[in-house]
Amino acid sequence: MQVETTVNGKAMSADVEPRTLLVHYLRDELELTGTNVGCDTSSCGACTVHIDGESVKSCTMLAAQARGAEITTIEGMASADGTLHPMQAAFMECHGLQCGYCTPGMVMAASSLLKENPNPTEQEVREGLEGNLCRCTGYHNIVKSVLTAAGGA
Amino acid sequence: MIPASFDYVEAENADAAIAALTEHGDEAKLMAGGHSLIPLMKFRLTTPQVVVDIGRINDLSYINDGGDHIAIGALTRHMAVETSDVLKAQAPILAHVASHVGDPSVRHRGTLGGSLAHGDPASDLPAAILALNATLVAKGPNGQREISASDFFTGFLETALASDEMLTEIRVPKVPDAGWSYQKFNRRAQDWAIVGVAAVSNGSTNVAMVNMGHTPLRSAAVEAALAGGASAADAAAVAAEGLTPPEDLNGDAEYRSHLARVLVGRALGEAMS
Ligand SMILES: Cc1cc2nc3c(=O)[nH]c(=O)nc-3n(C[C@H](O)[C@H](O)[C@H](O)COP(=O)(O)OP(=O)(O)OC[C@H]3O[C@@H](n4cnc5c(N)ncnc54)[C@H](O)[C@@H]3O)c2cc1C
Ligand code: FES
Ligand code: FES
Repeated sequence: MQVETTVNGKAMSADVEPRTLLVHYLRDELELTGTNVGCDTSSCGACTVHIDGESVKSCTMLAAQARGAEITTIEGMASADGTLHPMQAAFMECHGLQCGYCTPGMVMAASSLLKENPNPTEQEVREGLEGNLCRCTGYHNIVKSVLTAAGGA
Repeated sequence: MIPASFDYVEAENADAAIAALTEHGDEAKLMAGGHSLIPLMKFRLTTPQVVVDIGRINDLSYINDGGDHIAIGALTRHMAVETSDVLKAQAPILAHVASHVGDPSVRHRGTLGGSLAHGDPASDLPAAILALNATLVAKGPNGQREISASDFFTGFLETALASDEMLTEIRVPKVPDAGWSYQKFNRRAQDWAIVGVAAVSNGSTNVAMVNMGHTPLRSAAVEAALAGGASAADAAAVAAEGLTPPEDLNGDAEYRSHLARVLVGRALGEAMS
């Protein structure tokens, strides 16, 4: 089936099987490999993207379900001139990453969180990111990054 | 992990979804948010031949004042339930329980109707629906019928819905002044309840439990004790009576029975104070 979407502002289309997961549509068909697969079982959040502005685990959605949707992946966060999104800049400044595997998903989940709650408390950041696992940082600097991006730290 | 192959049909409205169910029978599955169904399909624990996508039937995503109740469309997502001012005022336990489902990304996709129709004994929202004594509206080829929440959950992942019926609306009584509590016990972030207890106290007290049997259930023993004048502590002591809790790596039946007594005690303490 033909799945047409808008990804990072550009009209995209690919012919996929109905069973194709959104994460494979993005990585294998559109070659946007910034979105990672960590667990493949809906737990880790490494595959988080935005669908119509809201965070979603792309390993738990069919490409078909995204037909007509506006999708944003980590590749679409920085401006065309390379200026980082404030959340990316905050992760860099606060050392919010070590190996970086969880980072695309963390940035997508955290930016969705700030859209819904622009001035979260530390506790709200921790709860807001409970669907995203990091094996390296111990979360401390991730939380600091998100609070910095929100202007609260 | 990739699901087994299937044909994909997108339904534009409830009637089209029911027509597809009628045509394909047992081979078809509705997909709302897909957040229970897709994980099962990836493990190939279920292999529908036809997936009927109802996730974009926007007419069935609403939270409306229905007079003596709040009417919620079956396709309303958990995040919309959690953040609804109408529900926070009229049935706050439901908004609160929705906020305890999984994580925000799950709540952006999963729907109230999907959560109930899935019939998972461990899921959170059935507890609120049971304790509120909500009414579920199902639509099939021969029209619409109402099902009481206490008649809806019939077995492990089984409900009163026929294979050609679709859940369209959930009607929650307005209980702005009721005392309420939801006690969800788990050990990891974003996890399911090892045991969960919901209580709504509005004159009489309704108590519902999750992960204490094959279905989400109303606690007959606790409710009878309270109706007979028992104190909250004495009622909590009978919380596990007559139940067969599941056993898994989170806990055996004895542990869950203990949790049920403790959590019912806490829930009654909060709801009845
Ligand atoms: C990582 C993760 C964590 C989660 N944690 C929790 C948790 O802590 N607590 C919790 O309660 N849930 C949890 N869930 C489940 C989540 O709440 C699901 O969204 C919900 O159980 C199913 O809703 P859905 O809309 O996604 O349904 P789907 O997956 O689309 O459907 C589920 C089932 O219901 C049927 N169905 C769906 N809609 C209808 C309808 N309108 N009429 C008739 N049948 C219908 C489908 O055919 C299918 O059999 C979690 C899920 C994930 C992926
Ligand atoms: S890969 Fe999607 S949640 Fe882990
Ligand atoms: S930085 Fe390595 S997993 Fe998070």
